[in-house]
Amino acid sequence: MSTTTENTTALKDVQPLEEATVRFCGDSGDGMQLAGTQFSNTSALAGNDIATFPDFPAEIRAPRGTLAGVSGFQIHFASHDIFTPGETVDALVAMNPAALKTNLGDLRRNGVLIINSDAFDKKALGQAGYESNPIDDDSLSGFQVFAVPMTSMTRGAVDGLDLSVKEADRCRNFFAMGLVFWLYGRSMEPTLRFIDAKFSKLPSIAEANRRAIKAGYNFGETTDAFRSSYKVDKAKLPPGTYRNMTGNQALAWGLMSAAKLSEKKLFLGSYPITPASDILHELSKYKNFDVLTFQAEDEIAAVCAAIGAAYGGQMALTTTSGPGMALKGEAMGLAMMLELPLVIVDVQRGGPSTGLPTKTEQADLLQAMFGRNGESPIPVIAARSPADCFDVAIEAWRIATRFMTPIIILTDGYIANGSEPWRIPNVADLPKIEIKHPGPRNEEDPPFMAYQRDEQLARPWAIPGTPGLMHRVGGLEKQDGTGNVSYDPQNHQHMVNTRAKKVANIADFVPQQEVMGAESGKVLVLSWGGTYGACRTAVARLQAEGKEVSHAHLRYLNPFPRNLGTLLASFDKVLIPELNMGQLRILIRDKYLVDAAGLNKVQGKPFTTTEIAEKIESLLA
Amino acid sequence: MASAELPVLKPADYGTDQDVRWCPGCGDYSILAQMKKVMSNLNMSREDTVFVSGIGCSSRFPYYMNTYGMHSVHGRAPAFATGLKSSRQDLTVFVITGDGDALSIGGNHLMHVLRRNVNLNIILFNNRIYGLTKGQYSPTSEKGKVTKSTPMGAIDNPIHPLSVAISCEATFVARSIDVHIKHLAQTLERAVAHKGVSFVEVYQNCNVFNDGAYKWATDKDTKMETVLELEHGKPLIFGKDRDKGIRLHGMTPEVVELGKGISEDDLLFHDEKTADPTLAYLLTRMSHPEFPEPIGVLRDIDAPCYDDAINYQVSQAKETRGEASLDKLFNSGDTWVVE
Repeated sequence: MSTTTENTTALKDVQPLEEATVRFCGDSGDGMQLAGTQFSNTSALAGNDIATFPDFPAEIRAPRGTLAGVSGFQIHFASHDIFTPGETVDALVAMNPAALKTNLGDLRRNGVLIINSDAFDKKALGQAGYESNPIDDDSLSGFQVFAVPMTSMTRGAVDGLDLSVKEADRCRNFFAMGLVFWLYGRSMEPTLRFIDAKFSKLPSIAEANRRAIKAGYNFGETTDAFRSSYKVDKAKLPPGTYRNMTGNQALAWGLMSAAKLSEKKLFLGSYPITPASDILHELSKYKNFDVLTFQAEDEIAAVCAAIGAAYGGQMALTTTSGPGMALKGEAMGLAMMLELPLVIVDVQRGGPSTGLPTKTEQADLLQAMFGRNGESPIPVIAARSPADCFDVAIEAWRIATRFMTPIIILTDGYIANGSEPWRIPNVADLPKIEIKHPGPRNEEDPPFMAYQRDEQLARPWAIPGTPGLMHRVGGLEKQDGTGNVSYDPQNHQHMVNTRAKKVANIADFVPQQEVMGAESGKVLVLSWGGTYGACRTAVARLQAEGKEVSHAHLRYLNPFPRNLGTLLASFDKVLIPELNMGQLRILIRDKYLVDAAGLNKVQGKPFTTTEIAEKIESLLA
Repeated sequence: MASAELPVLKPADYGTDQDVRWCPGCGDYSILAQMKKVMSNLNMSREDTVFVSGIGCSSRFPYYMNTYGMHSVHGRAPAFATGLKSSRQDLTVFVITGDGDALSIGGNHLMHVLRRNVNLNIILFNNRIYGLTKGQYSPTSEKGKVTKSTPMGAIDNPIHPLSVAISCEATFVARSIDVHIKHLAQTLERAVAHKGVSFVEVYQNCNVFNDGAYKWATDKDTKMETVLELEHGKPLIFGKDRDKGIRLHGMTPEVVELGKGISEDDLLFHDEKTADPTLAYLLTRMSHPEFPEPIGVLRDIDAPCYDDAINYQVSQAKETRGEASLDKLFNSGDTWVVE
C-alpha cells in the first residue's frame, strides 16, 4: 500500500499541471458541499477556469454511512478554458467507506486517494458492504493512497475549545479541505474570511474550523507521506473582473438586471421546489432592487400571481422545476392567450413525476413545447452553462416584452447548482430593454383596441390606471383587434394562426445559429442546454485530431433559428446528444425531415466527454 | 361659476357595450346593477379599478364592467389578484367568484388570500349549484341534494363560506342577498371602504338549476322570520314584529321571544369590531331553518395588509441598504481580475 513513508525527500516537489479534477465525497452530514464550494471559490480566485458538479441525495440526511447517503462535490480547474466538471477524478477525498465504494470507480489509475481512516471501522465497512478493510488489503494498490486519521487529528486540533465530540467531529471537512488546499497550493485566506463571516456569532466554532483547516494544511506540509504537491496556473480567460457563479445565482442576477434594464419592478411568484428554490432564495435577498418575492401556497398560485402582476405592468416571473411547470400549465396557456409578458423558469430535474429531485435531466423540452391544452405556442430558450444563465434571463425578458408573450427558460439541475467564472459586465454597457405602454385616451378618441397588433403581431401592453384604455382580458377566445369574447369559427382559426405566427416571428429577432467548426461536413453535433460543455469538449478534441465534425449548440428552441434547416442539410450526419430519450430529435426530425441520430441517457448524471466522442467516432467510421 | 368638481359618473357609465349573457332572471343581474350603483355612489375611477374573476357564470362579470378586468382560470382569481394588488397598490381590486369556483377548485387560494389579508374585495356569488356546467351539486349544496351528478342525493357535507372566512381570520366578513338591493349596495360599499381583505357572500338565485334556493330569505312572507339583519352595537332582534331575538346559552345561541321576562338586554349584542373571531364564527353557524340567518357585516377589524407589508419590506431594504446598484452587487465579495 502507498501510505508508507519510504522514499521521503527533504524538499517536496511542486508539479505543474494544466488541469485537475478533485472530488470530495462523504456522508450527507459531512459538509462535502461546503468543502467543494470553498475549494471552487478558492480555485476561481486563484485565476483558474473552473467547472463544478455538486451531487447529493434527495434525502436531507440519509441514514449515516449508507451508500444512499453519499454526497459529493466535484471541481475541475484548469489553466485554460474548460467546459465540463471533468470526468475522471485526479484526487478523491473519501470521508467514509460508503463514499469510497460509490466513488472509487471514477478515480484515475494512480490518482490521489485521501481517506479518513478513522471512519473505516467495522460497522461502517459493513454498511458499505466491505468484507475487509480496503486500506489494509491490496484492493487500492492502483492508487496513491493516503489514509489519514482525520477524525482524531481534528479532535486533537480543536482540543481545549470546550466543544462536544459531535461539534469537534463536524470540523473534519475543514481538515480535509486544508489538506487538499495544501495539495494544490491553494491559499486558505478566502476560506478563513468565510469562516469569520459565517460563524461570527459562534466564536468557538469559528476557531475550531480555523484550527481544523490549518491542521489539515500543515499535515500536508509537514508529513512525509506526500511527496509532491501540484500547481495549476491561472487560466488565460478574456480580460476582465470575474467572480464564481452558480447557474441559479446567475439567473437571479440576470432577471434582476432585466428588470433594471426595462425600468420595471420585478415580481416573482414561486413555490419551493428542488433544484429551483435557490432562485427564490437569491431574489428574496435583494428587495432593495425593487424585487417583490411572493412565496405562494402552490405552483398554480405562484404563476397566477405573476400573471396578475404582468397585467399590472410589472416584470412577472415564476420559477419552478418540471413537476411544478406541469401544474402551471393551464395558467401558462392563459398568459399565452392574454398575450402578456411572463418569464417561466424550469430548472429541469430527473422525471417523470417526482422522479430524481436532486439529479439532472433534460426531459422537459416537450412539456415546454406542448404541455398545455389547445394550440398554445410559447417560445422556449435554454441556458448552456452556469454563467450563461445571466444572459439568457435578459434575453428572455427582451423577447417576452417585444412580442407580448410568456416565455420559458430551460435550465437544469446540473447548470443550476454547478458553478464557473463569470465575467462581470458593466451595467451601463448592457442594452436597455425598451417597453412602450400606450398612453391615456379621451372619451372622444376611438375606442381602445386591446388586441390591435403591431408589425410583429404583438398587442399593446395597456396597464390599469391608464385613463381611457379600460379593457378586459380572459381565456375565452378573443376577437382580433377588439379583444372582445368571440366564438366565431373563422376568428378562432385566425387567432390560432396569428398567435403561432407571432411566436414564429421571433426567429427574425434572434441571431442565426452559429457553428463551431466547418459549416458543412461529415457530422454535426447538435445540442441544447447543459450538455454544451461535454459536447463542445468532445468535438474540440476530435477536431484537434483532424476529424470532420462540427458543433452547433441551440439557445433558441422555439422558434429555431432561421438558418438551422440549411445548416442541418449541410452535414452527412447529425448527432443529437440529450439527457432524455430523444426529445429535440423528435422536433428536428419533424421540422426538417433530417434523420438525426440520438445519444440518449437518463441516469441523473451529465454526459462525459468520452461518451460523446465515442458516439461521434462511431458515426464517422 | 367654474367648477373644479370632477364629472360624476352615472351607474350606466360603469357598464360596457357587451351583451350580458346571463339567463333571464339570474340573480347576477341584480349584483351587477348594485355594483355599478356603488361605484357611482363612491365616484370610483374606472381606470383605477380591476375586476378579476375565475370561471363560472358569475365570473363573466368583468366583461360587463367598464373598468380593467381579467377573466382568469378556475378558482385562481385570488392568486391573480394577489399578484396584481401586491405590485400595484394604487388599484382597487375586486375578486368575483362563485361557490364552485371559490370553495372547490379555489378553496386553497381562498384560504390563503384571506389569511394574508390582501387588500381586495372578494364577492362570492353563492347559488349552491354549478350553473355553467349545467346543474351539478356544489360545495355549498345541502346534503341529499339531487342533481345530475347526484341522482341519489349528495352525500358531502356542505361547506359554510363565512365559517371558512372567519376561520382564516378574514378582517371583513359580510353577507347579503341578491334581491335585497339596498342592503346589498350598503354591504358592497362597506366592503370597498374596508382596508384589508373583504369577503362578501351574496345569496344568489339560479332560476334554471336551483330556483328558489333562498326563497325563505327572499319571500316577503317569510323573510322577516328567517333573516336577521346585523347592526353594530345592536342586539340580535328579528321577526315581523321584532319580537324575537338571539340569546347565548353557554356557548350556543338560542332563539328567544322577547317579553315574558326576556328583555333586549338579555340578548346577544353584535360587535363587528371584536378582534377575537369567536362571536363572529358563532354567527356563521346560525343557519336556516333552525335559526334566522344573519345578513350584514359579521366582522370588520383593522389589521396589517399583505400588500402593505410586502412593499414595506422593499422600502425598508432600500432604506437600510441604500441605493441599489447592480454594479456594486456584481463586484461585491470575492472577485479577481484577469489582465
